[in-house]
Amino acid sequence: MTASGRHPGTIGAGEGALHHPDVDFPHAAATALADSQLRANLGHATATIRDKRAAVVAEHPHWHGLRAAGAGIKDDVLARLDVHLEELERQLQAGGATVHWAADATEANTIITELVRATGATEVVKVKSMTTQEVGLNEALAAAGIAAWETDLAELIVQLGDDAPSHILVPAIHRNRAEVRQVFLDHMASAGIAAPADLSDDPAELAAAARTHLRDKFLSAKVAVSGANFAVAETGTLAVVESEGNGRMCLTLPDTLISLVGIEKVVPTWRDLEVFLQTLPRSSTGERMNPYTSFWNGVHPGDGPQDVHVVLLDNGRTDVLADTVARQTLRCIRCSACLNVCPVYERTGGHAYGSVYPGPIGAVLTPQLRGIDTPLDKSLPFASSLCGACEEACPVAIEIPDLLVHLRTKIADEAPRYDLQKAAFKAMKAVLGDPDRLARAERGTAVARRVLSRSGRVAGLPVLPSWTTTRDVPDLPERSFRAWWAARADVDGVDGDAGPCAPGEGS
Amino acid sequence: MSSREVILGRIRTALADVDAARPADTAARVYASQSVDDVVAHFCEMVADYRATVHRTTDAATTVAAVLADEVVSRLVVASDLAADLLAEVGADVEVVVDDPGKGVGLSARDLDTMDGVVTTARVGIAATGTVVLDHGTGQGRRALTLVPDLHVCVVRVDQVVADVPDAVALLDPRRPQTWISGPSATSDIELDRVEGVHGPRRLHVVVVD
Repeated sequence: MTASGRHPGTIGAGEGALHHPDVDFPHAAATALADSQLRANLGHATATIRDKRAAVVAEHPHWHGLRAAGAGIKDDVLARLDVHLEELERQLQAGGATVHWAADATEANTIITELVRATGATEVVKVKSMTTQEVGLNEALAAAGIAAWETDLAELIVQLGDDAPSHILVPAIHRNRAEVRQVFLDHMASAGIAAPADLSDDPAELAAAARTHLRDKFLSAKVAVSGANFAVAETGTLAVVESEGNGRMCLTLPDTLISLVGIEKVVPTWRDLEVFLQTLPRSSTGERMNPYTSFWNGVHPGDGPQDVHVVLLDNGRTDVLADTVARQTLRCIRCSACLNVCPVYERTGGHAYGSVYPGPIGAVLTPQLRGIDTPLDKSLPFASSLCGACEEACPVAIEIPDLLVHLRTKIADEAPRYDLQKAAFKAMKAVLGDPDRLARAERGTAVARRVLSRSGRVAGLPVLPSWTTTRDVPDLPERSFRAWWAARADVDGVDGDAGPCAPGEGS
Repeated sequence: MSSREVILGRIRTALADVDAARPADTAARVYASQSVDDVVAHFCEMVADYRATVHRTTDAATTVAAVLADEVVSRLVVASDLAADLLAEVGADVEVVVDDPGKGVGLSARDLDTMDGVVTTARVGIAATGTVVLDHGTGQGRRALTLVPDLHVCVVRVDQVVADVPDAVALLDPRRPQTWISGPSATSDIELDRVEGVHGPRRLHVVVVD
């Protein structure tokens, strides 16, 4: 706990490759922006998913009603989160599940590691789960000698390539088919069944290679770890929404199932899912319905895992809840629609956000979960043009631009006073308030131009570095408007009432 | 203090601003099930749209037998309580294996992996999304049965088809295990191009019975 009494979460704790707390967003983004292959991959992928989403949202006659209902249901949950969690716990226990509570990432990792150890297993299969990435579970298990195999295709690509996820839905969105082929050829063999030597870069062939590679792991797995998309308080029903069937394999075949569930995943009633089962797939993969959704309720005799655990995770979520303005961040159902429509994300990709939660939702969620103590986390709420596309796409109507501004205000309030800015305005007042001083200053710019301007633009000024390292300043003119005007008046014999004309155009 | 008490305590502190008299259910539900003129025809269209093969028939047994012959199934697995008449026309060359974990004759995952296909019934069909829902009751088997074999033939009666998701949610029991299936297994993980066929059955036939 920090001096201020906060108990920040530790997201990204396990994502060493991803989290560089001292590198702020603009500097981290510069690497991605310079990578033309990455920008091409991202541009193609986000454009594809935007079009698909737009089509299935437009065809639904009740979209706005569903969106409002989703926001309302989540607000109802948050207003009585304690009551719903206690009910969820009762119902899970009644269904035969064991419920654990984890205040932070370390505790979650300890609980899960001990549960796996108790089974004697040395490997687990995993369903794609943002929450387990948030706590760095794979790294914690590895430290305990337990291999965690990611089974979602994109997660497999990231894991085999020793890479970091860059998107909530499609963690390997920054990789194109040729790169995926190379990762499979280079790394599958060391993790199990090798990729065929004649593997092409056809996505269907790549998917088939993943099927073969993972099938043996599924058939022999004793323990699986999952997250959950929803947890129904009144019945203790958990839901996993997926496409490939890897989720079903993990949820069904092993003897032991451990699910790590953020406390904000609870919904009050089974009926509430009629809303989210319509809005999540359309917002996420741009489909009317994802191929597979699984529901389970503790232990089902004769069907699936007979040893079922649910770990309820805080890890900074109660800090978000305590901020009455930003509380709505916890409505998020992790669909990733806001990433796909964001002009910043589309160009930088996910790694620059330094968190498993990239994009607009990451820019508001990460600094709240992790606290605003590092240069990276201070910079995230500024990684947006506030264009509003994210809010419009959000299926639970999170007011992301408003929250970004709210966080910017918090950061500015906590930061030292902007002395440089004050001094600059003071100097500007002195110069602009006196024609002679202005004329001297203007003559100064002509000198500055010869010093600063390279290839017709001005970049990387020693003053205001945080502005000019990421933005070019327009080239300084050869002479000021007033100097030009005075010269023109001398030539044409006019004294300034001929109206505005460009040089050479007047006569 | 246990972490349970710590977390619940943090939540109560965080919610100090919330009026205790706030109603529990304030969400406006200004939406309805999408309606279509011909629910069954729409269901068939939407199921086919997600690359499942749809067969509409009045003779389920003959259709099921024809699908199994076309798919060259030689080892078929079914739940012990699947109605026998559904398999009445299946050729003698097809070995039918019965899975009955309740009686201790459940197949292992590796056994299931040797099966060419599975035939089941369903609980609900959803027209708007092209979804079949199994609640793993009569005729549907435990969850692994419709997961490991590479071919799933799912028989849905027209009176089981509803218009939209809310209609299905109202019919289903959340205390049962459920699997909602919309097309064969698929992924969009490579360049967001949809590819059918990853870990679940790569071929899905939905037999709609009038």
